[in-house]
Amino acid sequence: MRKKTKGIYASKMKRATHMLFYRRHQKPGVKGWELHKALGADYPKVLEVLDDYLKSLDLQVKTVFEEEKTPAGKPTLEELDRARFYVTLRGELTPKETKMIGWRIDDLAGLAVAISYIISKKGQAPRKDVEELLSEKLPGWKVGINIDRYIRYGYLQEDENDQLYLDWRTRAEVDEKALIDMLLRSEAQTTLPSEVSEEANEVDEPEDE
Amino acid sequence: MESKKAQKKLGTEKLQRIIEMCIAIENHTVDPFLLNVDDIIKVVKEYFPQWKKPEELNLDSEAIHHLASAIKLQSEWVKQRSTALYTDPFLLEEKITQATREEMVGVFLKAWHPLVELEQLSLHSLAEAMRYWDGLLPLKERWPELAVPEVGMGITSRDELIKEQLLGDKLFSEELEGYWRELKEKVKEKGADGKIRYWDFIGADTYEETVERAFLASFLISYGYATLEIHPLEEEVFIEPFDKPLAKIGTQQSISIPIAVTYENWQKWKRGELD
Repeated sequence: MRKKTKGIYASKMKRATHMLFYRRHQKPGVKGWELHKALGADYPKVLEVLDDYLKSLDLQVKTVFEEEKTPAGKPTLEELDRARFYVTLRGELTPKETKMIGWRIDDLAGLAVAISYIISKKGQAPRKDVEELLSEKLPGWKVGINIDRYIRYGYLQEDENDQLYLDWRTRAEVDEKALIDMLLRSEAQTTLPSEVSEEANEVDEPEDE
Repeated sequence: MESKKAQKKLGTEKLQRIIEMCIAIENHTVDPFLLNVDDIIKVVKEYFPQWKKPEELNLDSEAIHHLASAIKLQSEWVKQRSTALYTDPFLLEEKITQATREEMVGVFLKAWHPLVELEQLSLHSLAEAMRYWDGLLPLKERWPELAVPEVGMGITSRDELIKEQLLGDKLFSEELEGYWRELKEKVKEKGADGKIRYWDFIGADTYEETVERAFLASFLISYGYATLEIHPLEEEVFIEPFDKPLAKIGTQQSISIPIAVTYENWQKWKRGELD
């Protein structure tokens, strides 16, 4: 009986892995109700086991609740059904590794600035203000291109009044609180980390998604 | 006695100043933390035993009420500042401006956990696709019913177009000219001074017909076949046909005159009660 249960879980884990790793829709990730339908009502348990398994690979199953409303206690099955699940990196990338996934340091710094600024403005900022901030350190011609790229990738979204907001990818990938805490704690550095400065000289263009 | 009166006056002034200060805080023009709640409560307590008249007690309760609102605002301020994601935007902006791009990236990488996703063809999906392709009928078999039959070009007649309801049985301009002629005849028969009462012209046996005639009359006036004469005091409206349509229509700014053609008015006209 135990062996049978183990077998069922192993097969559900495989199915969950396929669903989570391979993009099924326009956006990556899987909705809770899809997992519910495919794996049954015990899918949170399956994801828990999978998350534990992924730990050794430095990956994790990330849950993004609807409208960013993370439940205070243990989420209910209904809340999970409405949430979206992704597989993300559990740890951190080194600056050198960012190059491997198609990001130049300028573009990544611009993204970090844009996200932090929007968070500081309670989640909404005029595009013009973000452009001004970025143009202090990025060439003018690149600023607009970069913001459009962040929007295209799903990190930011823009409304008809030229207001920028954080979009689904930021919510899935960025620990907003940690980012702001670290930024406020950071001290101005006079020397650059060797890895980063080495990276800064690279001029290759990343591949678009 | 005199000193008691002076003290009361001073107390009233103090309460009024407290109320003004609290209102300024409620209107967000003053920082709520400029208000020293303990001091204010001391003042309120100090003067309270002297209040006897209803207006004095009213002022006292008003001061307490506004003080409570100001305290609520202080509490909201503290609550908002203590939320997990609250950050002082100025401080953060300063940090962002001062940070080098390398520092910014360094910080971001600690909070960034990019998504992992794969794009890959599998043998299974290829085999599935091949099975689908094998079962797929050629386009000419799937869409035969969509082939549009070839139709030769031909000539149609006006009667056919009227039958298909693509044209009305009369051209609108013809209809309008006929209506204009009718107006001129009616003016000769029943009118006076080259004009006729509006309702005597548009009024018909049925309400529907009356509405249709009013609709056509509006075009007679808009297109320069006739004009309206309105006597506001007598509440009389006349319609007067022109001998020839005016050519300068559209060159002058026109005005719109609403005339209600209601069922009640039509009934009154039928009974001869509409003057």
